[in-house]
Amino acid sequence: MSEPLIFEHSRAGRFARAQAPVAREDVDLPVECLRTEPPVLPEVSELQTVRHYTRLSQRNFAIDTHFYPLGSCTMKYNPRACNTLALLPGFRGRHPYAPASHSQGFLACMFELQEMLKGVTGMQAVSLTPMAGAQGELAGVLMIRAYHHARNEAHRNEILVPDAAHGTNPATAVMCGMKVVELPTDDDGDVDIGALEKAVGPNTAGIMLTNPSTVGVFERKIERIAEIVHGAGGLLYYDGANLNAILGKVRPGDMGFDVIHMNLHKTFSTPHGGGGPGSGAVGVGARLKAFMPIPVVGRDGEHYRWLDEKDLPQSIGRLSGFMGNAGVLLRAYVYMRMLGHEGMRRVGEFATLNANYLAARLKAAGFDLAYPRRRASHEFIITLKRMAKDHGVTAMDVAKALLDYGYHAPTTYFPLLVPECLLIEPTETESKEALDGFVDAMCDIMERAARDAEHLKGAPWTLPVRRLDDVRAARQLDVAWRPEEAGA
Amino acid sequence: MAFIPHTQGDVAEMLAAIGAASIGELFDEIPASLRVDELPGVPEAIGEMEVSRLMQARAARDQGAMCFIGAGAYEHHIPAAVWEITTRGEYYSAYTPYQAEASQGTLQLIYEYQSMMASLTALDVSNASLYDGASALAEAALMAVRANRRSRAKRILLPRTVAPVYARVAEAIAGTQGIEFCQVDYDTATGTTPLAALAPWEQEDVTAVVIPQPTFLGSLEAVDALTDWAHARGALVIAVVNPLALALLKPPGQWGSAGADIACGEGQPLGVPLSSGGPYFGFMTARASHVRQMPGRIVGRTIDLDGKPGFTLTLQAREQHIRRSKATSNICTNQGLMVTAATLYMSLLGAEGLARVASASHANTRRLVDALTRLPGVERALGGPCFHESVVRLDRPVGPVLEALAARDVLGGYDLSTDYPELGHALLVCATETKTAEDIAHYADVLGEVLKQQKVA
Repeated sequence: MSEPLIFEHSRAGRFARAQAPVAREDVDLPVECLRTEPPVLPEVSELQTVRHYTRLSQRNFAIDTHFYPLGSCTMKYNPRACNTLALLPGFRGRHPYAPASHSQGFLACMFELQEMLKGVTGMQAVSLTPMAGAQGELAGVLMIRAYHHARNEAHRNEILVPDAAHGTNPATAVMCGMKVVELPTDDDGDVDIGALEKAVGPNTAGIMLTNPSTVGVFERKIERIAEIVHGAGGLLYYDGANLNAILGKVRPGDMGFDVIHMNLHKTFSTPHGGGGPGSGAVGVGARLKAFMPIPVVGRDGEHYRWLDEKDLPQSIGRLSGFMGNAGVLLRAYVYMRMLGHEGMRRVGEFATLNANYLAARLKAAGFDLAYPRRRASHEFIITLKRMAKDHGVTAMDVAKALLDYGYHAPTTYFPLLVPECLLIEPTETESKEALDGFVDAMCDIMERAARDAEHLKGAPWTLPVRRLDDVRAARQLDVAWRPEEAGA
Repeated sequence: MAFIPHTQGDVAEMLAAIGAASIGELFDEIPASLRVDELPGVPEAIGEMEVSRLMQARAARDQGAMCFIGAGAYEHHIPAAVWEITTRGEYYSAYTPYQAEASQGTLQLIYEYQSMMASLTALDVSNASLYDGASALAEAALMAVRANRRSRAKRILLPRTVAPVYARVAEAIAGTQGIEFCQVDYDTATGTTPLAALAPWEQEDVTAVVIPQPTFLGSLEAVDALTDWAHARGALVIAVVNPLALALLKPPGQWGSAGADIACGEGQPLGVPLSSGGPYFGFMTARASHVRQMPGRIVGRTIDLDGKPGFTLTLQAREQHIRRSKATSNICTNQGLMVTAATLYMSLLGAEGLARVASASHANTRRLVDALTRLPGVERALGGPCFHESVVRLDRPVGPVLEALAARDVLGGYDLSTDYPELGHALLVCATETKTAEDIAHYADVLGEVLKQQKVA
């Protein structure tokens, strides 16, 4: 059963009358400024709205409903208390320009959040304003750029990026006016040190690294990498996408990184919300402290206040209209307080335990690990090259088939350098039973691939829709409903 | 341990399956010199009950004032259903809808959102949202540079009537990409951009002209004339609009003889709480011919293997996970949950409800300005109409007056004297539909007392 569009429930003259003022007021505006035709919005009752969007919600997989082992996305449980407390009236209703006298409760949370994030990352200062991981990356590369400019080394315009990096890394570097120099990954998943030594030079601005890397292993030569890049006059940027793997065990600041972004929506369990809002707080070492994006929360004695252009005149500036995704930051704060330092250490441990357990079980069941000689971090890759060759069943087919078993698919076809890959990240909040159920489903699929490949190639069969025609979606672009359709 | 379900028995079985003696052994590839035992600055864990008490006490500290500040973030009534439904786990805890078959709820909702925004702005296509209004303007400027192939200058005219912080954010994000933002002066008598202010660029290569409606100062620009000026010179028009105001105001797609090319702005007025400035969402709509230059995610309607209609992310070839260094933007996430709230809000209110909210906000602000300007030492600073914000001028510095008001739990507005010193002791005030006649009278009474008690400097 498909759910009609909300517009198809419309009847002229209907709306949720309890939700608007009782009548229109006179408008004292010049007629040439005014709209002549009303916008075409739904005309539905409150019940129709609630029912329609409740029904739509039931057509989603989510952490709250399904195991969601999407690699590199850290789909862990989002504690409900974080949401409830971030939406307390005093927080929900606080205007961003409320004076400090009416902001001490909120600012205290933000200041303590900055301190906690410093502690877990080993960085010297934190700015909370970037609104997503990619904006944290932008902030980071802009700071690196500002640093070189301040030292009269504006010619440093090359950013080194491993070939396995997230797409946002090269895209960000280019946005900041940098040239991207790609580094190869060796057979065991580490950065090729020989290639790095050749790549650095007088134009090196820095390197962007994820550690553990996107291939799911810890970059063992990280200290050597830091030495080489720093030696060449470049800085090190840490992409915090995989921070969950090492939380409480190793700190990017101790590895030699000068700047890091943290995805609070991954490691610190704020919701993914169907694709945002994220939050990409940045941490910096001594070299980049002066360049942090503003505002930052400061403390004079017992009084909290915003630090702005006057306090940080070398700042790269403002990246958001106010101070970033404040409500997301409150959720991260509540989460960190409930975990405490001991709980924080357990995150990395149990995320790693779950990933290694799942990897071991899948390997025992006959699946091929992409890096069999390595420990898994909080995630790992299997390659379905053999299944694709023997039975024509691809990673995408397996991903779609998993949906029929009630599991969200792992990340497919990323990183690009491993053929027919699934990147699997179970997270620490999943129980052993959940992981065992997933292994059973994978074994079932493997068995079925040999017997009935066509079934898998046609999957999913049990969801609201079957595989969608992406080519048609792009060629016959239909991105908005038109009122003309109402009569059709 | 909070949120970790493992029993001791589980751990033992799992380690046995791995072939490791301890969890610690799983970290043996990490150089020992790097491992830490302490996390300075992170306190002991507390339970949900304790953290609830702490947060309630802190939230209560910041609560209770009556707020007349707008300046880019507006207090509106939000129907209870909006956040009840938005925070359902199926929306709240889902990720970007890459697996379309398992995400039809989010995808159809975004398609409906795109349809609503396209109609509200009278443009053809909408993306699935950007971070916020300020960063949306930065993205719109970058998009205009890609879309305007006739222009080589990468020059964007940015009137001072656009929120000053938007200009700063645009500069921080897009300035390093070779884009030149040129400040356009305004008429201090009306708070609007006269055509004459554009004269310096009469003969220049201009990539795009930004036109706000309403302006940061609450005033209304002559959008038709400005749009036609830009198009006559081969420049694109980027509209920065308040989406709620579009329930009443002429939509960007109908500005001038050809309409604006791109519209963007802050989506917060559509059902998103003030929440200290975020999370909000930036919206962006455009003419169909520019869709391939748009940043951010876009949802399209298509059919499945059985010919049944369904929804999927489309035009992904623009995006960073495919194009990497050649992407239209590095943007990965959008503000999906905020879009969910806005879609519910627009669905509940409809065009009529939105028009009522907009007209009530407009009328209340006029009442507020009338009440305040009856006080000695307070006058209207600008002539001409305003939407739901207006500038009043005091006979003394604004800062101390605002402090005294705040001490009486009235947040009196936004002090313009730093960003607009030429307007004198200027204060930007706003009264949305949430304010009653009593609230407005209360503000006027308290301001009267403060002005009486404070000496004029």
